[in-house]
Amino acid sequence: MYAALWRVLPGPWWTRLLILLVLIAAVLAVLVFWVFPWIGALTAPQDVTVAPGA
Amino acid sequence: MNEPADAQPKRPRRRVSVVGVLGELLITAGVLVLLFLGWQQWLGDIIEGDQLYHQSVQQSQEWIKAAGPDKQPSDPAAPPVMSASLANGKTFGTLFVPRFGANYARPIAQGTALSVLNKGNLGHYTMTQMPGAIGNFMVASHRKAYGGDLEHINDLRVGDHIFVGTADGWYQYTFRNLQFVKPTDVAVLNPVPDQPGLQAGDRVITLQSCNPFFSTAERVMAYGTFDTFYPTSGGPPAEIAATVNGKS
Repeated sequence: MYAALWRVLPGPWWTRLLILLVLIAAVLAVLVFWVFPWIGALTAPQDVTVAPGA
Repeated sequence: MNEPADAQPKRPRRRVSVVGVLGELLITAGVLVLLFLGWQQWLGDIIEGDQLYHQSVQQSQEWIKAAGPDKQPSDPAAPPVMSASLANGKTFGTLFVPRFGANYARPIAQGTALSVLNKGNLGHYTMTQMPGAIGNFMVASHRKAYGGDLEHINDLRVGDHIFVGTADGWYQYTFRNLQFVKPTDVAVLNPVPDQPGLQAGDRVITLQSCNPFFSTAERVMAYGTFDTFYPTSGGPPAEIAATVNGKS
């Protein structure tokens, strides 16, 4: 899968590496600013208050 | 697929197998989970904390602007108390705690529902009093994640100041002690915290979060007592002026 991606990218190895790093940075940015906050809001709703019962 | 025509001896290419792709997908999934945990426990609070700080500074500046220079300073001993009839989730205050850092400012909103707390607000228990009132002004927040508003609650030292900013001004409280209780111990919500039936005479603030760290097994309370009110027209108290004005 990743080997195929490497072959699809154009240019010499350092161009490919550069493109790959930019791609990784873009993916990380999308994850950190959109995907993770969205998942964080959906998962593990922790109750932090004091309340009677339970 | 054709090999590029340029140089280099060709290595025999390994054939793409189902197991190989599956393995790569699983490794990717594992890395994503680790990244998420890193975000949730560390990076997320830095990013969200910074957003909450700027949001709070902006809110403070709006209140300062709206106050105007001509308003008469109120009596510091008997501060104004705002109306408690606020819509759920409405931001009505800002918390400043110098002990938590010069870049610490967090919004205080009405209500303690998760929908309020998960936006990074400190949530005000609606059955408790408002800032400056005789009784108990109590807010809850996450210890970690969602901005980690009270991450360093156990770093407070006796005598530390806790400031609550509203449209009216800044209420200065002085930290007194910590208390640890079970999540069902609602006595801490009383006008005199933990003392049901007692007539309140003091103006108390209670910051409440989870304990121990990374757990919701207990609740930790930080109590402070009111000592001074700074009206908006007089500008923020010197101790937090840089933070309020976003110059820290």
